[in-house]
Parts: sequence; structure tokens; C-alpha cells
Amino acid sequence: MSTSARQKQIEREHWTGPVRHYDILKEGTIALAVVVVLTFVLAGIFSSPDDPALTLKGWAKTAPDNLYAVTVSELAGTSDSASYGPPYNNGGDGVALGPLTPQKWMGVHQPVDPANDFVVTPLESQQQPSDVASALSQWKSASADQQSKWATAYDTALNDPNGANGDASKVPTGDYGPVPTMANGLVAMASSGALDGILAAPGQFYNTNTTKQILFLGDGSYLDDAATAAHLQGNEWGMMNETGSFPGQEWLQPFSFWYQLPIFNSDATTGIAATLTANADIYIFAIIAIMMLVLILLPFIPGLRSIPRWIPLHRLVWRDYYARKGTAR
Amino acid sequence: MSGAPTVDDEPASSWIGKVRNRLERDLPYDKVLPETQPAYVASWIYVFGVLTLAALVMIVASGTVLAFEGPSWYHISKVGKFFNSLHFWAVQLFFLFMVIHLLGKFWMAAWRGNRARTWITGMIALIVSIGAALTGYVIQTNFDSQWIAFEAKDGLNAVGIGAWFNVANLGQNLLMHVFLMPAILAVLVIVHVVLVRLHGVVPPMDAAEVEAAGGAVHASATTETTEAR
Repeated sequence: MSTSARQKQIEREHWTGPVRHYDILKEGTIALAVVVVLTFVLAGIFSSPDDPALTLKGWAKTAPDNLYAVTVSELAGTSDSASYGPPYNNGGDGVALGPLTPQKWMGVHQPVDPANDFVVTPLESQQQPSDVASALSQWKSASADQQSKWATAYDTALNDPNGANGDASKVPTGDYGPVPTMANGLVAMASSGALDGILAAPGQFYNTNTTKQILFLGDGSYLDDAATAAHLQGNEWGMMNETGSFPGQEWLQPFSFWYQLPIFNSDATTGIAATLTANADIYIFAIIAIMMLVLILLPFIPGLRSIPRWIPLHRLVWRDYYARKGTAR
Repeated sequence: MSGAPTVDDEPASSWIGKVRNRLERDLPYDKVLPETQPAYVASWIYVFGVLTLAALVMIVASGTVLAFEGPSWYHISKVGKFFNSLHFWAVQLFFLFMVIHLLGKFWMAAWRGNRARTWITGMIALIVSIGAALTGYVIQTNFDSQWIAFEAKDGLNAVGIGAWFNVANLGQNLLMHVFLMPAILAVLVIVHVVLVRLHGVVPPMDAAEVEAAGGAVHASATTETTEAR
């Protein structure tokens, strides 16, 4: 029998060669004791991260103009949430990998209607000052087309870089209907703290789905600025990092790595870089899926499965065993 | 009793009998709870598998306390903060040990000798652990969880998974983190460990060469077995 065939035979069979005493239970108990001591020491010395959650009240206090502009954009349908697409709404198609559009295929599974869910319904859920109540009534009695005209006109005027540029006091007179008053009403509601907790399930007792709060908060600059300050942006290894100096989800490095590449992190507006950056999420997920499959199926992939033989680090692991080559049985 | 039927000598016809016979044949007690290991199992690298399991036990223990008190307890209680810290560091150690264990098994080519399923269940356990950790990070109910939920949703939505696995939904992730993910991981870990016991620890890559040179001998070549130490 050749050495190679004999090696395969040894690997397949239950080992009946030399053995040593080895108490797995004792080893496990010692390992657990070591881990308990280690975690207690690490927890005692370093504690754990816990930066308080941002609030909509904090947003209203810190960046009221931004909250105001975002509210208008929700009514106008120009916010990130409004144009997100599935699984929240049909405001966009989502990302694509060539002809593959799984985001679109899955459809709207968690309906989010930003104008109503983020602005109208929360305003309706509480008693409002008379001007806001009147504005709300005017909005609700108008046709969808009229609502869109008011909101779009005001959204455009508010964000005109050569005009108001985000300053509501500089918006020229126009036919904006109840939009400015409603936006003021929502900012006032957020400032009082009344908006926190209402977005998820206005008028209902239980509230466990935080999707709408997360989306609304993310539409503005408040969350984004806080993440930038904490070095949590995607081009700084993103959510893999943790607040403060704590280790984060280091195991996401193979995932976050791809977002650091210029091709997936480009300012280009045309060409391959623009396409890859705009659709980075699906391209990177596809890469990760392939990487996972390669790792899972490694034992069956010629070449890759031979790397441990080509780079014989196994000689370190089994150095005592190999050292006995030629010694007495 | 004289004349009693000798059921054990007959081929099992029931499902449970077939399972019992298979377990008795492939996983006898001395394989499940052996007092010896092959002589080549003599390196620190072998410790990291059991260290990973130990860290998992610590994660479950500290997580159980946190689950009893709810996801916001640790914001307002020093005891809660300490248990959160235990949970946090146990997770860090778990992944550290698991990656070292994985690298060790890679360089040993531990999938040899019909052990591919052991490798595959280990890799899937790693992937499920990453998912379990993600659900843990988004139920922290703090700024970090807000940001992670906001960021992670885009990747998951991009491939359609987000339609059902919604990281922005606290309630869904809470349940997944304290029940579904640990349950899946527990099954994978049990299968992984049973496969290790079933096939034994993979022999050295040059075992046949050692044998040919007059070193340790495996019984199918000569019927002799040797107590090494």
C-alpha cells in the first residue's frame, strides 16, 4: 500500500495507535473556570459601552432646522425613507446586481408611508394648537395631488441653494398650503418629547416595533452626525466599530473591508464606480455569500484544501508526534 | 427469563430501534466519554474548541440574567451593567477562541477522513453566531443599536432578507436573540461535537510517513496498540 493510500486509511479509521490520558470533562471544567475569571476581570476593569440612545426630542433641540426640513421632505416624498422602496414602500426600486433585484422581488413587507406615519398620524394623535389643527384639517381634506403640489413647492423652495437654503424664514411667499404649519407643529411636538414613542404605534398601548423611529431618525443629519463623531461611518469600518474605545463586532471585518475599497466608496456619478457604489450593499453581500460558500465547502475545493499541506504549519501542532519518527513503538 | 425473546439480536424494525442500534454501534460510551485521546492530541491549539464552548456557556449564563430583567435594565442598574459587561466580554472571547479554533483546524486540514461534515457544521455555527451577535447588538437599546440597525438594514434589504429579518424591529430581534438564534446555535454545536466524537480527532497529515519510519503505528497496519504515555 502506498504511503498516500495508507494515510487516507489511517484518517478514515478509528484511531487504535498510541494514546494518552485525556480527561475532556476536566479540561472543560478548567476552561470554564478560566473563561469565568477572564470575563469577570475584563468586565470589572473595562465595563461595557452604553452611549444613551438618541431621541427625537434631542434632534429637535440640537438641529431643529434639520428636523423641520426632514418633516417637509416626508410630506413631499423626497426623504430617504420615502424614496427607499421595498420592503417599506414603492418609492424606489432599491439596489440591483445587474438584472438581479431581490429587494424589489420581495415587495413591500413592512409598509411605511412616511408622510402619514411620520407626520400626519403623529400630529393627529395629540391635541394640537388651533393653527396646527386647522392646517391638519386642510391637509386631510385636500386631494393627494394638491397635497403633493403644496409639499413639493415648499420642499423645493426651502432647499433652494440660491434661496432659502434650509432657512424657513427666508422661503419666498408661495402656495404652500398647510405644509409650513404642519412642520412647525411636528417640531414643537418633538421638542416637548411627545413624538418619542408615538411613531411606532400611535394610539395603541403596546409598541415593540421600532422600525419607524429608526427610519425617521435616519432621514435627518442628527443620527448621521453622531455616527460621524463616533467614527462609525461605513468608510471608517462602519458598524463593526463600537462607541468609545471598546472592541466592536470585529468578526464583521471580512464584510466591512469591502466598503473601504474606493470602488465601493466613490464620489463618481457615472461609470462602473458609480454603479458599484450605488449598489454596494448587494455587491458586497454577493461577495460575502461566495466567501461563505467557499469556506463552508473548503474540504471539497481542489487547491484551497491543499494549502495546509503546502504551508506545513501542522508540523508545529504535531511536532512532538513527528519528533518520534523512527523511535521505538 | 428462560425463553424470553432476544430482541437485541434481531434487526430492529421500529424507527426507535434503528436509531438505538445506530447509536450503540457508532457512538458507544467509550467514544462519547473517552478517557484517552490519540497521542498526537498534544498541543495548546486543541484547547480552543473547548474554550469556545466555555465562552458560549458564559454567554448563555450572563444572557439569561439579562433576559430575566429585560433589555433596558442595564442602563439603570449597576448590577445590570456588570452582567451586561460579562455578556459583552464573553462574546468577545467566544469569537476570539472560535477564530483561533477555526484557524487551527484549517492548518490541520481537519476535514480529512470523512470529517467534512464536522468542518461544515463548524463554519455554519460561526455564521449563525455572527447573526446571533448582530441581533444582540441591535437590542442594546442605546445609540450603538440605533446606528447598527440603521446601517445593517440596508445590507439585509439589498438581498431581500430584510423583508423578514428586520433589524430595526426591537421586538423581533429580542425574541430572535434570546430564543431562536441560541436554539439554532445549540443544535449546530451539539451536532458538531457529536461528529467530533464520532470520527475522532483527525490524525496528523504525515501519520503514514511516521508509521513507515518506525514511529507510532495504527492498528490496521499491525494489530499492536501502544500506550504512549
